[in-house]
Amino acid sequence: MSAALKVVRAGLFDTVQDLGRIGYMALGMPTAGAMDRIGLTLANALAGNPPNTAGLEIGVMGPDLLVEADSVRVALAGPLSPSLIESEGLPPKPLETDRSHLLKRGQVLRVGMIEGASTAYLAVSGGFAIAPFMGSLSTYSRAGIGGFEGRKLAPGDVLPLMLENAPAADDRKLGGPFDYGSGPIRVVWGPQDDYFTAAGRQTFVTAEYTVSREADRMGIRFEGPAIEHAKGADIISDGIGPGAVQVPGAGLPIVLLADRQTVGGYSKIATVASVDLPRLGRLLPGRTVRFAAVTVEDAESLRREQEIRLARAIASFQVARPAGGIDLARLYDENLIDGIVYEREAAGQ
Amino acid sequence: MSVRYLSCGDTAFTVEFGNEISPQINGQVMALHTAIGAAKAAGGLVGVVETVPTMRSLMVSYDPAKATRAELQPQIGDLIARGLSVDAVGRKVRMPCCYDGEEFAPDLAEVAERTKKTPEQVISAHLGSSFKVYVLGFMPGLAYIAGLDPSLYLPRRSQPRVRLPRSTVAIAMDMTTIYPFESPGGWHLIGRTPLWMFDQRREQPVFLAPGDQLTFERIGRAEFDAIARKVESGTLDWAELITR
Repeated sequence: MSAALKVVRAGLFDTVQDLGRIGYMALGMPTAGAMDRIGLTLANALAGNPPNTAGLEIGVMGPDLLVEADSVRVALAGPLSPSLIESEGLPPKPLETDRSHLLKRGQVLRVGMIEGASTAYLAVSGGFAIAPFMGSLSTYSRAGIGGFEGRKLAPGDVLPLMLENAPAADDRKLGGPFDYGSGPIRVVWGPQDDYFTAAGRQTFVTAEYTVSREADRMGIRFEGPAIEHAKGADIISDGIGPGAVQVPGAGLPIVLLADRQTVGGYSKIATVASVDLPRLGRLLPGRTVRFAAVTVEDAESLRREQEIRLARAIASFQVARPAGGIDLARLYDENLIDGIVYEREAAGQ
Repeated sequence: MSVRYLSCGDTAFTVEFGNEISPQINGQVMALHTAIGAAKAAGGLVGVVETVPTMRSLMVSYDPAKATRAELQPQIGDLIARGLSVDAVGRKVRMPCCYDGEEFAPDLAEVAERTKKTPEQVISAHLGSSFKVYVLGFMPGLAYIAGLDPSLYLPRRSQPRVRLPRSTVAIAMDMTTIYPFESPGGWHLIGRTPLWMFDQRREQPVFLAPGDQLTFERIGRAEFDAIARKVESGTLDWAELITR
């Protein structure tokens, strides 16, 4: 019997994603991939996987998944309300986010709701047994390419797993929520900042912009003050990098994300620094942001610092207690077995 | 040669060769695209992820964890300074096309009327054009193919169609294109190829590549159907359509 997760109930927009389909933009192929690479990387690390393993990107509301394998270690990452593990004849057990958990055949994982963000991730130990397309498992649903049949998950879908059994390992949890940063979204001017007036550029970095309802994996259309063009909105098409801030004729910015087209003919005032792309990838409609300009060098070093923080967060994962059970190890470790904490420990020495 | 370097955040920059569409400028773009690919294949330009050629510029994307803009831009500058071999010839590709009937060529009569030609003359002008793939984009495998006979230049349709069949051959402005998927489109539809520009089952799913030189070859409906059957069953020998 082959190992799988069966979708009992689908979420709103669950797709299989890895870190993107790299190397085919010249053929017009969008990279797709995780909207929040930090979330996917954390989920994978919790499940014991390398960072580029494909997981499920959960959009707004998660699925219910039935385990059709002897065992599988799942890991959730992102701001999810507690999920539930249901087993026949037993009361449901809550499962917190930002940790892994071993599930057994016949159990159902009811993934919680995402709170205050648009995306979260679920990784499975060993990954999915799905053939890559053009080197990647990322779903690009606009063309029906990649991932699970090129589309979001639907009830009845059976996601094949690489492993029949989860490798023997402790379950792990993230020490504390990863700091995605706050304050303005950092941007680098260009490639076409010279297509805008000084006043237009000033508007972009001083005004408040609101995420409109038109926000999806392709990009986010913002509402707010119009940005004034100097040379018009049209250019001879050029390449579109991740986070490009395109400003069509009406003057409202559109930030282009994972499923963006490879080339385009609108002037791009700025590009979101890669350090802040995961934040944008989690923004819900109605949220407001400001943009602040940084140099390329600053953006590069911000990104490197973030990668170091991410590696540290992964290196300091803690052993997690079984979901809904008593954590004896923690009781021993923290010397709480008889309710006494030594003064020395309480003082953190 | 003077180029402009435009910032695309901390993961890419664009090398702009000019602000116009010309075969010379696109030749330089394609030559740098090729030169960077060769340098990467030889183990150089560590950190460069991929390059995206367009009509007049090349976007170079890089991994900021592996390299910085300050390291990469001079290396790209050196490649350009060493001289780009702009006469590097792309592949020569034959593109069978059926121009017959209202189903395949619904706009042929209108194009003929607006260009003051007979439909046969429109077909001849399309067949006689020296086409080159300038850029792929908008959707996977969609090629902007320049070189259309100037007597066929028309603006796009004022009312785009909501739905066009896959493999429709269309013209607008100074270009022709072939739709890789059923999709909306505002170009003038003058024929259909039995080939699929995008086929997930193939190891190289995208048929055309930037730099390809294209010649359309007229086929009748019977030949169209025969090739279409081979495409559908995955038995077509695509290599036969390509000569170096």
